[in-house]
Amino acid sequence: MNLYHLTVHKAAEMLNRREIKAQEVLEAVSRRIDLVENKIKAFITLTLDQAEKKAKELDDRHEFTGLGGIPYGVQDNLCTLGVTTTCASKMLEGFIPPYDATAVGRLKAAGAVMVGKLNMDEFGMGHFTETSCFHPTNNPWDLTRVAGGSSGGAAAAVAAGEVYYALASDTGGSLRQSAAYCGVVGMRPTYGRVSRYGLVAVASSMDQVGPVTRNVTDCALVLNLICGYDGLDSNSLEAEVPDYRGYLETNLKGMRIGFPREYFENYVDESVRDAVKKALLKYEELGAVVEETGLPHSKYALPVFRLLASAEASSNMARFDGVRYGYRDEEAQDIAEMMSNSRGRGFGPEVKRNILLGTYVLSKEQYDTYYLRAMKVRRLIKEDFDRAFEKYDLLVAPTTATVAFPRGERNEDLSDLLTIPASLAGIPAMSIPGGMVDGLPVGLQLMGPRLAEGTLLKAAYAFEQAADYHLRTPVLEV
Amino acid sequence: MTEKYEAVIGLEVHVELKTNTKAFCGCGLSFGALPNSHVCPGCLGMPGAIPVLNRELVEFAIKTGLALNCKIAEFCRFDRKNYFYPDLPANYQISQLDLPIASAGYLEIESEGVKKKIGINRVHMEEDAGKLVHQGSIMTTPYSLVDLNRAGTPLLEIVSEPDIRSPREASMYMEKLRSILLFLRVSDCKMEEGSLRCDANVSVRPRGQERLGTRTEIKNLNSFRSLERALEYEIKRHIELLEEGGELVQETRTWDEDRQVTLSMRSKEEAQDYRYFPDPNLPPVIIDPEWVERVRKTLPELPDQARERLMSEYNLSSYDANLLTMSKDVLDFFDACVAEYNEPKLIANWVMGELTRLLNQNNMEIKDCRVTPSSLAAMLKLMEQGTISGKIAKVVFEEMFNTGDAPEKIVKDRGLVQISDESAIKAIVDEVIAANPKVVEDFKAGKEKALGFLVGQVMKASKGKANPEIVNRLLREELSRP
Amino acid sequence: MALTEKDVERLSVLARISLTEEEKKAFARQMSSILDSAAVLDELSTDRIEPLIYVLSKYNVMRDDKVRPSLANDEALANAPLKEDAMFKVPRLI
Ligand SMILES: [Zn+2]
Repeated sequence: MNLYHLTVHKAAEMLNRREIKAQEVLEAVSRRIDLVENKIKAFITLTLDQAEKKAKELDDRHEFTGLGGIPYGVQDNLCTLGVTTTCASKMLEGFIPPYDATAVGRLKAAGAVMVGKLNMDEFGMGHFTETSCFHPTNNPWDLTRVAGGSSGGAAAAVAAGEVYYALASDTGGSLRQSAAYCGVVGMRPTYGRVSRYGLVAVASSMDQVGPVTRNVTDCALVLNLICGYDGLDSNSLEAEVPDYRGYLETNLKGMRIGFPREYFENYVDESVRDAVKKALLKYEELGAVVEETGLPHSKYALPVFRLLASAEASSNMARFDGVRYGYRDEEAQDIAEMMSNSRGRGFGPEVKRNILLGTYVLSKEQYDTYYLRAMKVRRLIKEDFDRAFEKYDLLVAPTTATVAFPRGERNEDLSDLLTIPASLAGIPAMSIPGGMVDGLPVGLQLMGPRLAEGTLLKAAYAFEQAADYHLRTPVLEV
Repeated sequence: MTEKYEAVIGLEVHVELKTNTKAFCGCGLSFGALPNSHVCPGCLGMPGAIPVLNRELVEFAIKTGLALNCKIAEFCRFDRKNYFYPDLPANYQISQLDLPIASAGYLEIESEGVKKKIGINRVHMEEDAGKLVHQGSIMTTPYSLVDLNRAGTPLLEIVSEPDIRSPREASMYMEKLRSILLFLRVSDCKMEEGSLRCDANVSVRPRGQERLGTRTEIKNLNSFRSLERALEYEIKRHIELLEEGGELVQETRTWDEDRQVTLSMRSKEEAQDYRYFPDPNLPPVIIDPEWVERVRKTLPELPDQARERLMSEYNLSSYDANLLTMSKDVLDFFDACVAEYNEPKLIANWVMGELTRLLNQNNMEIKDCRVTPSSLAAMLKLMEQGTISGKIAKVVFEEMFNTGDAPEKIVKDRGLVQISDESAIKAIVDEVIAANPKVVEDFKAGKEKALGFLVGQVMKASKGKANPEIVNRLLREELSRP
Repeated sequence: MALTEKDVERLSVLARISLTEEEKKAFARQMSSILDSAAVLDELSTDRIEPLIYVLSKYNVMRDDKVRPSLANDEALANAPLKEDAMFKVPRLI
């Protein structure tokens, strides 16, 4: 038996029963990384030495509860105490935070074993983990294809068995889109459900932390630990966190599911549409009522997102100036030149362009035309969802318009189109393996009203148990 | 010349609040601590940190708004003001743009017996920046050092309407504002330490003209004196330019304390664009009427009310009442002293006279001083009982100020008890008369002044302890003998 | 094109990002195209719509005025490119 291949819940059970040791689990993951990492390139930093120490400590104390002793990875835009956090940018090369992100701290306290920091698009700006200043990440299902982004490292590592699960982030769809391309489960919880403290901000009004896992049960287990109120995040929600395992059932009788027609238009590949329609049939079989519905303002979501996200990013990214940490141009003679050169050389083109765009959008003359208007249309998009959820318990749609495509054949506009609306509305959304097209996974996106993570998990679990796509794994051994 | 023109002045005041912690993180406030020792990921502008609003900042802001007769906003929010500066860790300042916490208020100043209201346009909450330390001159130093201890300190920006018409009024406005803030105990208001800062907007127009002249802004005003001087200078500069038919430039100028001039702060860049937008990290603040009323109930007596009380209850002059209400600490000292010894006028004289003189001499504040209201009251009682003379009292008081000892102890230890024994004084009087026949003759010839000399001699011989009333009486008796 | 190279240059001064000539050219083109695609928003009449500033309906999120531990000076300066006398060292202002 290959230990790396176990699910989180299975491994947790075995650790608890003393059938395996945390050090053995880590050893298996470590061997797996040795074997496949040079093909996948999911990591920026490996922390196997610290992980070994921690695993040994856990074995010595033998205290395994929840996710204790299980190796996981963290997207490199979540701050980790004493471990470099780079956001895949030259700007933050070598930056060692003096604090843990709240979500990371919670897993650490629960005994989870971090094995490394995962690759991403530079500061989350990009679509295919290609803007990383280190290297791109490859799709485990086909190494010539993209792993998605910004959370390509997280999704690929989970799919390839290099970690049991990963913590990632989602601003416009990052972790859902990457999960879809890599055939794993990715959940973006309700805005405010997981603390953003320690998540390097891009667009503060949309950034969220969420889990990437191999199955729905594991997703529920991670959510149990990372959700909940945090006094360090002013937008943290105080609502009580249920035990999400309680939602893992297969009877969907009476569940009302809508599928928004705007997510099935011609720009979505026919094969993807067919796969998702098949999934909808499956939902009917499972007892749900499935109906077509509309989210009429969906087509405005992409421009609205670009304007708002670039504006917020331009301000959030101002702190990277070479004064207190990060890359600094040592030659500059005065402070303005030092800041400009440090930022000019420390940031990659995607990041620079985004900051400049945001600077323009917020400038006095343009504010009303672009920023203010985008905030108004954001309300229309959110109200579309509000209306839909008066009638439906959840909405089902494709996560992405295509399956993962060969590197170079990219179409940026299409890659986040279907994930952005939920981000703008602040609602929970997840992607689960929903079918296969030419040996590549199709992502099925579930979107629910605020705090309906449980409903999403229930629908996701029922489909997963009925469909078995989650049991398929990419073949990497030659 | 100045009669022909009228100055129009508005002041923007920044006041550092003395909360326990910073505006948006849990770091304590510090003054003079080791650099960068009161900092955290938040106020260092590290990636991933999120601001969380300090409730006390809002409470202080509401309090200040109410004391300045403002309308308190039902809904206010925080905006980001974006600009790059190495002492601004996130390179944006959290501030309030179009929805400040308080607006449309006023405060009252009194100029030559005439009361005048100066409008308060707005009061808003924001955070302070850190400090830059230069080796030598800012112009020539090859590098600067950044200390972020002050970064994130809560500030209120208080903006007046352009209702001020003279440098004198400007400084009266500042004094009144300062005393209100001190009475509220929301700030230390030390201009020299930067906890109270002021920028002035000034323009000049011919009297009777409605339209405002071109305005300049003056920065770097670190004392009431420099505020007045800078305004005087700037108004004169405007008038001279107008008289010459010159063109004023709307610009920001800095006050050069050494040369006593304002200088243009030419920035090489084009006009700033702060790109304000609502901070998505900070949910809005909604202030319902109950909250306002709750805060209103905690408002202490304010300077104007205290002044009224001193004048009506104690019959103090408006001048005395003004001085005693400049600072809450001074007023509290006065009130406590009066509670123990009901001689308000006498106490007022001592507080504004000897006590203020010694405090200024030693560069101290009343709250750090060793003389307590009780010990001052005790000393005044010794005077009333005749144990010490007024002259000796000053000696005793200085000793109290320096040592903190009780007046009774000082009087006893240094043998300062007044001599009221007539026979003992008579002996000295006789000696003095015998030793100064020339002066005695002068007095008898009608030179009243000569008596003063003789009194002085007696006092000197008694080391100041002889009761001056008795000395006077005995001398007159002796000298009137044929 | 909505933005010229000059515009991009002006923005780069505001945003403190030094750019090469090629970058100015490329960014002007790319940013213009993004702004052009935002023109689709003109279809909507938004005059009477309140901007959505806050996704959540939270308000009055405040903490007590209690001191929490700060970082030690060496922790605060640990990532500093240059430091001196317990402070961050930067080139001169002007
Ligand atoms: Zn702090």
